[in-house]
Amino acid sequence: MGLSAAKVKVGDTHEQVLVDDLTRTQLVMYAGASGDYNPLHSDELYAREQAGYPGVFAHGMLTMGMTGRAVTDLVGADRLKKYGGRFRVQVWPGDTLTATVTVDAVRDEGGEHLVDLSVVTVNQKGEQVFTGNATALLDA
Amino acid sequence: MTVERFPIEAGHILLFARAIGDPNPIYADPDTAVAPPTFVQASAQFDPDYSLRPKPGQPWMGSAKEPSQLAGGRDEGGSGGSRSGGTGLHAEQHYEYHRPLRPGDVLSATSRSGETWEREGKRGGKMTFSENIIEYRDQKGELVVTARSVGVRTGQVVA
Repeated sequence: MGLSAAKVKVGDTHEQVLVDDLTRTQLVMYAGASGDYNPLHSDELYAREQAGYPGVFAHGMLTMGMTGRAVTDLVGADRLKKYGGRFRVQVWPGDTLTATVTVDAVRDEGGEHLVDLSVVTVNQKGEQVFTGNATALLDA
Repeated sequence: MTVERFPIEAGHILLFARAIGDPNPIYADPDTAVAPPTFVQASAQFDPDYSLRPKPGQPWMGSAKEPSQLAGGRDEGGSGGSRSGGTGLHAEQHYEYHRPLRPGDVLSATSRSGETWEREGKRGGKMTFSENIIEYRDQKGELVVTARSVGVRTGQVVA
């Protein structure tokens, strides 16, 4: 169920909408599944009155988790060797996020076929919210 | 953070996949399920001392009658409050996977501090970065995932 080495080439891109009009309920779902109950992400009163933010915002790890879907949809769910990145700006309820995965390199290492990917997730204003890289195993 | 026992469970994988909006059917079938890429973050559920989870009988940083149970009223500005601005945020996260995780795996996790550095930020004033490395091992003691996070503490609210 991986991606075949013969089918990828450097410069290939894969674009995917991750979420359209992000709901506050999705933030609550992520809190419950991950165990990160930081009230900044689910408690509007706390986020505004106590912490001084305009309101609740998404866990960075929700953005990274949603972005991971664009990577695993491309390479397969059990093929990742590395995945990492940087949180650029906050993601807010109502945001629409789109990820673009780009093939940076296709290489062999230690008898394995590998693909290096870069990934950029932007919001509806085109601002980068998450930028990262991944390395995955390819099928022969 | 130390987690002695983090069982990888099919139901938890399904809930996590739903939470990140991933409808891939692989996550719904216990026979095919693998952990999504960021799943080990949910080891927080199995950390008895995890600070970002309310605990029975203890005041919680989030709101109840007041915007925070820890603040002791807004005018007093108690220890839990951060009304004056400044907060800890997640800046970076990196994973190295040594093999896929499947239901039935039982992990343990140990963390250690990495480097710390400072920078002047445009939006947040002085920013202090600190690195934390978590190693996840399976029931045989083999390293399965290495996670490196970078947290940032800012001098003022960034939004």
